[in-house]
Amino acid sequence: MSNLPHPKGAPPAKPPREMWSTRKVFILAAIGSAVGLGNIWRFPYVAYENGGGAFIIPYLVALLTAGIPLLFLDYAVGHRHRGSAPLAYRRLTPKAEGLGWWQVAICFIISIYYAVIIAWAGMYMIFSFTEAWGDDPQGFFLGEFLEVSENVNIGFDFVPNVLIPLVIVWALVLLVLAAGVQKGIGRANIIFLPLLLVMFLILVVQSLFLPGAADGLDALFTPDWGALTNTGVWAAAYGQIFFSLSVAFGIMVTYASYLKRKTDLTGSGFVVAFANSGFEILAGIGVFAAVGFMAFTAGAEVGDVAGSGGIGLAFIAFPTIISEAPLGALLGVLFFGSLVFAGFTSLISIIEVIISAVQDKLGMGRVKTTWIVGIPLALISILLFPTTTGLNLLDVTDAFVNNFGIMACAFVTVLLLTYAFRKLPLLGGHVSDVSSIKLGLGWRILVGILSPIVLGYILISELIKKIQEGYGEMPTWFVGVFGWGMVVALIVVALVLSLIPWSSKSAANDPVLDAPNKKEVSK
Amino acid sequence: MSTAAIVMLIISILTVWGGLGLALVNLQRHPEDDTRMPEEHAPEL
Repeated sequence: MSNLPHPKGAPPAKPPREMWSTRKVFILAAIGSAVGLGNIWRFPYVAYENGGGAFIIPYLVALLTAGIPLLFLDYAVGHRHRGSAPLAYRRLTPKAEGLGWWQVAICFIISIYYAVIIAWAGMYMIFSFTEAWGDDPQGFFLGEFLEVSENVNIGFDFVPNVLIPLVIVWALVLLVLAAGVQKGIGRANIIFLPLLLVMFLILVVQSLFLPGAADGLDALFTPDWGALTNTGVWAAAYGQIFFSLSVAFGIMVTYASYLKRKTDLTGSGFVVAFANSGFEILAGIGVFAAVGFMAFTAGAEVGDVAGSGGIGLAFIAFPTIISEAPLGALLGVLFFGSLVFAGFTSLISIIEVIISAVQDKLGMGRVKTTWIVGIPLALISILLFPTTTGLNLLDVTDAFVNNFGIMACAFVTVLLLTYAFRKLPLLGGHVSDVSSIKLGLGWRILVGILSPIVLGYILISELIKKIQEGYGEMPTWFVGVFGWGMVVALIVVALVLSLIPWSSKSAANDPVLDAPNKKEVSK
Repeated sequence: MSTAAIVMLIISILTVWGGLGLALVNLQRHPEDDTRMPEEHAPEL
């Protein structure tokens, strides 16, 4: 088979599509993408609030019945059609191209604020040496560091403390991306992922030796079996798995498109999924051991000091822990360094979705596309977020793009692929052709029936909640424009982009990639 | 720590990291195929 001439004649003169050198590099990059800030600051709290130790049951069920099946769906689309998200979906069926652009638009929004959090974490790594927050971490974070304005609007009053590290983050991430798939993204993950693991392991060990650590773990792992009868707990498990695995927003489609044709997709996917969950469990242990210490020093119960995770945990609770702990500076460098590395490898993957799409669409080289995409992206991020009003904007866009961007896109994607385009047998067949673990009817039921039910339930619940309760104490106009308006704009932009014709230079006209119109290979 | 919390801690670690171990073993049993097809050909062709 290897010497067959191509049915459409000689391959084009364009350089071949970039590729990972080995599947190990792909697996590392996919883990680097999946392991992000959410693993460290979201998972421990979702588990704690939803049944503690009992949460492992819905969590594992969600991983096996939705997370991994959806991961395989992304792999199948990207690997079979060898393109960025819009091109891969277009090759699957031209009507699906908009789904790819929707995912690109989501990545655009996420990347412009995600970079800011990495910049904060970088600064806090430096602050850890001197414990710059003194005895008031909350006042320091919101006041001295972010200089948060009382007015909720869009302003251009820049905060140099955030502006400078943000420019550095953008410069570094674009340099990595300009270097290409293997030399840039691959190498960055080969370096940063082991570094992240070592740093985090030391952090966990240090946390476990703090007084009160056992109380923190007791709070996290004591099972509340009654929680298992609560649908909200199951929805939380599916939501956590879904957000954590980086599925349904183009990343895994893009990364899988750089794999060699004969790659064990399911075998690789299981490693990625369980490595991601393994890191989450580790984060739960590390974070709650530290929270237990915080309760110990405050003479309070763990539940009273635990907070709700996220930005509050990282930039308010952890500085408090660092100030009190023996070798606090080390703990700080390890914690914030972990956030920087985990965030950086995820940010790379998010921006790669956009770069890859533009590269395919315009048929341009990697370096040129990186600057064409990266410079405007960096400028928007730098213009909107390192300001006194940036925190509120980040808060609203993050909440809405996750719940009504990624979640809605995933819901629509599985429905369309299953019922409108009827592509699951084709995609499952492709994965089975190249993989060690085959996908059959069971996978199609999980993706085509269970996933839309679960995603639909979570989506509608969130929709009702946000409509009834609004979002925090934010003004209606602000939530309307940067929350609701933004998620609607994502869909409009996706539709418009999918209507723009692909030029003769674009990768869509590459004759080597017309395989999707052929019938499945006969064995 | 209570006994129930210790048991659930151990179960969580064993299932998730055990799953990772099994996944790695499965991957090792299916080494990468170096006699790969030419990149310009999709497997369907």
